[in-house]
Amino acid sequence: MDFTLDTGATAWILTSAALVLLMTPGLSLFYGGMVRARTVLNMMLMSFSAIAVVAIAWTVAGYSIAFGTDVGGLFGSPLDFLGLAGTDEQSILAGSGVPFLVAAGFQMTFAIISTALISGAIADRVKLGTWLVFAALWVLIVYAPLAHMVWGGGLLSGDGPFAAIAEPVDFAGGTVVHINAGVAGLVLALVVGARKGFGKEPMKPHNLPLVMLGAALLWFGWFGFNGGSAGTADGTAGLAWVNTTVATAGAMLGWALVERIRDKHVTSLGMASGVVAGLVAITPAAAALTPLTSIVLGLAAGLACALAVGLKYRFGIDDSLDVVGVHLVGGLVGTIGIGFLAVDGGLLLGGGASLLLVQTLVAIVAMLISAVLTLAIALVLKYTMGWRIPEADERAGIDITHHAEAGYDLVGALASRRERSSSAGSVGGAAFPPADPGPEPRNQVPGRPHEAPAPADPAEEPARPAVAGEPR
Amino acid sequence: MKLITAIIQPHALQDVTDSLREYGITGLTVTEVAGYGRQGGHTEVYRGAEYTIDTIPKIKVEVLAQESDEAAIIDLVLAASRTGRIGDGKIWTTEVGTVVRVRTGERGADAL
Repeated sequence: MDFTLDTGATAWILTSAALVLLMTPGLSLFYGGMVRARTVLNMMLMSFSAIAVVAIAWTVAGYSIAFGTDVGGLFGSPLDFLGLAGTDEQSILAGSGVPFLVAAGFQMTFAIISTALISGAIADRVKLGTWLVFAALWVLIVYAPLAHMVWGGGLLSGDGPFAAIAEPVDFAGGTVVHINAGVAGLVLALVVGARKGFGKEPMKPHNLPLVMLGAALLWFGWFGFNGGSAGTADGTAGLAWVNTTVATAGAMLGWALVERIRDKHVTSLGMASGVVAGLVAITPAAAALTPLTSIVLGLAAGLACALAVGLKYRFGIDDSLDVVGVHLVGGLVGTIGIGFLAVDGGLLLGGGASLLLVQTLVAIVAMLISAVLTLAIALVLKYTMGWRIPEADERAGIDITHHAEAGYDLVGALASRRERSSSAGSVGGAAFPPADPGPEPRNQVPGRPHEAPAPADPAEEPARPAVAGEPR
Repeated sequence: MKLITAIIQPHALQDVTDSLREYGITGLTVTEVAGYGRQGGHTEVYRGAEYTIDTIPKIKVEVLAQESDEAAIIDLVLAASRTGRIGDGKIWTTEVGTVVRVRTGERGADAL
């Protein structure tokens, strides 16, 4: 194939890859703010650590499984680009003048964010080690094959059997990323089980400004996700940029509308969630719709996702941060919405029902593949490494019990320095047991017996001496 | 020696400290606290899930003073923090044994 370097396109894909990578730390803020203060670090770490594991898995074999020589329409040969050995002529973006490694790196960031998305379904309660192993296996066994089927010339692509009816459309990852991650989140939530006290104890977000900052970074990074998926810097990238923005605007308003009617109050968490719902829905459709129909799609996603997130309580499934309600539902709205709204072949635009049929079939097949393969990995890990941390650790907070650190230390003076003893900090053990009364009582003067305090009102807690005030 | 403790509405803090300062109180301690009384809790909604929050944020003000100033301080805090609506808070006083200024070691009234 002809390969002439296009510096403009290459510059844009490099930029887009950096933007998409930023989405994962953004996601960690979005997720981190939504959990309780005592688990914020673990939640953020699950997103962050996906970068570490997936980047390596992708380099070793993930890219090759996604974009190597087709094997039965299901996956690419893992040996073709083992260790990212390939030539520019073999780039998946060959023809648009983007070097092999730039395309591979760009795709790596998609694998990373897709994996990180799943972690929101199992917040506060799983061993980090099991999660990391899951992340590596999931990318190689679920994500990369599905990416191959949709984007690498496999079963669900324009080269697959559905193309006889109509050519399936997934511009930037409605099926590969969002439906896939949403289904995987649902499966993990079921296999791992609910948090202790789910549905009974309050588990409300501890820091909504973090959530909003995270949503903002996700939106910013999404310009690389959708804009970069054009493969070059052209009008299609521009259309994707505009559609990404206006669909998200519509989804924010859609979510707010549901809240205003159902809950009486419009919330910051709701509008931040609407941002993500809109971004998810427009992802597969960013180049298939007009700006006006993108607004309609976004609005529909905002409404659907806002109504969907409450269902987990009805089913008793602790999808903690609504990976299903936002990513699966939003991904379905986008993927199937294409069948209604696409400029080419949309049912509502006089294109007939064949595209709608194909988009629906592709969505169903993607859900089945994701569910079965994710379930297999999750069960193997459940009976080998195990998913859950001990119940007492979960109650005390996974940050202190499993990472030996706390997200917030607002009064730094409450800590005292102590040399690490040889027994402290054992893996999986409680480095700081919750019942630890602290190094030594601080209210007693050493060497002097503590005077019995005057009997005070029993309802009142013993007051520490207040700062003196001098009356005149 | 008395410790005067007042639980007040957060928005009343400025008026309370202003009037105590004007009276001549040179120091006090403020703590953010949470609790409930007759006012009860309130409701918050996150992604459609309703949470009943039992406790309401309040401010605790603690003032150490001579017994002779106790009544005046109570009146000042009362005047500055009362709106007449439920949730205005409580004031109580307790007997204090010893007060020591850490910097100098002064005790009793000298330490105020």
